[in-house]
Amino acid sequence: MGYPHPSHARETPVLSRHFGEEEARTLDGWKKRGGYQALEKALTMAPGDIVNIVKESGLRGRGGAGFPTGMKWSFMKPGDGKPHYLCCNADESEPGTFKDREVMRWTPHALIEGCAIGSYAIGAETCYIYIRGEFTEPLVVMERAVREAYDAGVIGPNAMGTGKRIDVHIHKGAGAYICGEETALMESLEGRRGNPRIKPPFPAVSGVFGQPTTINNVETLAAVPEILMKGADWYKGMCLSNPKSTGTKLYSVCGNIRRPGTYEVVMGFPFGEFLHDVCGGAIERRKLKAVIPGGASVPIQTMAEAEATLMDYEGFVAQGSMLGSGGVIVIDEKQSMVRVIARLARFFAHESCGQCTQCREGTAWTTKIVERIRDGQGTMEDLDTLLSIGENMTGTTICVLSDSCAVPVMSGIKKFRGEFEALIHGKRVHSVMTQVA
Amino acid sequence: MGGFESPDMAAHDSSAHESAPHVPVFTGPRRQELDAILAKYPNKMAALLPALWIVQGERGWISEDSMAEVASELDLTPAYVKGVVTFYTMYHQHPVPKYFIQVCTTSPCGICGAEDVVKALLRHTGAGELGVPSPDNRFAVIEVECLGACGFATPIMINEEFVESVTVDNVQEVLARLA
Repeated sequence: MGYPHPSHARETPVLSRHFGEEEARTLDGWKKRGGYQALEKALTMAPGDIVNIVKESGLRGRGGAGFPTGMKWSFMKPGDGKPHYLCCNADESEPGTFKDREVMRWTPHALIEGCAIGSYAIGAETCYIYIRGEFTEPLVVMERAVREAYDAGVIGPNAMGTGKRIDVHIHKGAGAYICGEETALMESLEGRRGNPRIKPPFPAVSGVFGQPTTINNVETLAAVPEILMKGADWYKGMCLSNPKSTGTKLYSVCGNIRRPGTYEVVMGFPFGEFLHDVCGGAIERRKLKAVIPGGASVPIQTMAEAEATLMDYEGFVAQGSMLGSGGVIVIDEKQSMVRVIARLARFFAHESCGQCTQCREGTAWTTKIVERIRDGQGTMEDLDTLLSIGENMTGTTICVLSDSCAVPVMSGIKKFRGEFEALIHGKRVHSVMTQVA
Repeated sequence: MGGFESPDMAAHDSSAHESAPHVPVFTGPRRQELDAILAKYPNKMAALLPALWIVQGERGWISEDSMAEVASELDLTPAYVKGVVTFYTMYHQHPVPKYFIQVCTTSPCGICGAEDVVKALLRHTGAGELGVPSPDNRFAVIEVECLGACGFATPIMINEEFVESVTVDNVQEVLARLA
């Protein structure tokens, strides 16, 4: 549902069905809504069968990369004699994204249930939910729910009375975007600075504490109980476009839009109708100009591209961007794209861990150059320099933060070059934002 | 002797410029809390972030002496602990005013007026400048990167309290609740 707004008729609320319901946060309230039946069922199944159902459902990672979840789980080899770990990535920090926050605030037990099923499926006795430190309310809600689940014997040394051990622990981050990168998350969990690791080895071989580990996003894990109860075919059926993208997806919509909030639609929903109808379109007497559809790390779309997009992993790529995290940033004609991009570059420069030269230097120089263009001090040569820096920042570092900084800058120059040039030539194009500058 | 002698640790003792001797954090209930945390992980180092949170919860910030105490609890070196403390933005290495206000100004909030919210907060708290305590030392305002509540622009954090949808028009009301 379009929390905090009532559900729109064209939404398909599965994960968001109980957002805003105070009672759904409690164990009893969750059980009344059918909660923990999936875990009960899962614990009677062979772990491999659970992995197969998830595989068949077509569920893909909802954190940004879109990797098939069942396949990721199948990399964990049962009976290798090593402790296995599940890490739930709840470090939601991608600008524009706030969907996992709502999952944790309103349906904490859906996540705990997904974590418990996931742990069992990959042969892990321990799951860590890594929640960013700024999420003070979700932290309180999740801590309370975990305590309730332990007290009721749903999880713990004898989960659901089956004699199987499933521990779920909350780990509070301390302020670092990069810890949402899966290897940095593991470093941070181990008590280190959040510097991403070189892959391989991949987490399934050597992850947290050097042991086989799977890392899944909050939304991904929260989808698992429903898939187990209703079946792979039901999930696969929720698709209007192509069979590679299945199920529902949460989108957190923000920026210059009439009804910002967290919406849930099936894969393949038309993006134009989503923006203009479901989310209410532009604010009165204003016109939309651009959209960043999947969090700050994905290419900026023009409105023509956005309106031609079918909302799934392939559909966003076909229209010059990516589904990413589903963090939709809507930008209207009152905004200066250069200012928007300058602020994003500053974000990435602030969040670079500094390990790789291309990123440490590239994010800082990109910020400096875009800001001087913003301030009317740029030259035409700066545009070429930015594109060249961007190329050198792409595909050359340990993790993709470097690429993520280059993406809005390069796509911005490509698609909104006129705004950069106008500032370089001293013309005022956008009254409101340039006046602030 | 010459060569690479180990430095005199006393000369580097940061407590020299702190007024009172260090009172350990991990005693009584805080000790029990740390023990419970240690049970969740296969090694001691993993308890570092939680241990630092306990220190900050107790003292409001993390002094060099506290870092040394945490290091000794978890079999780490003080330098290592400091390296971790300085990586993360939420750990305070200095005391902060009673109300530490962080305003999200990343692009999604930026295009919804976050910069004006910052200006209003600086004006109404009397702080005037980012990162500078107000004259009555009750407030400090800083900009922060994406708080993950972009649909509720502008979110701000006042210490541990998360406040959504702050606008120029309700800044005074938000501040009045703190009085």
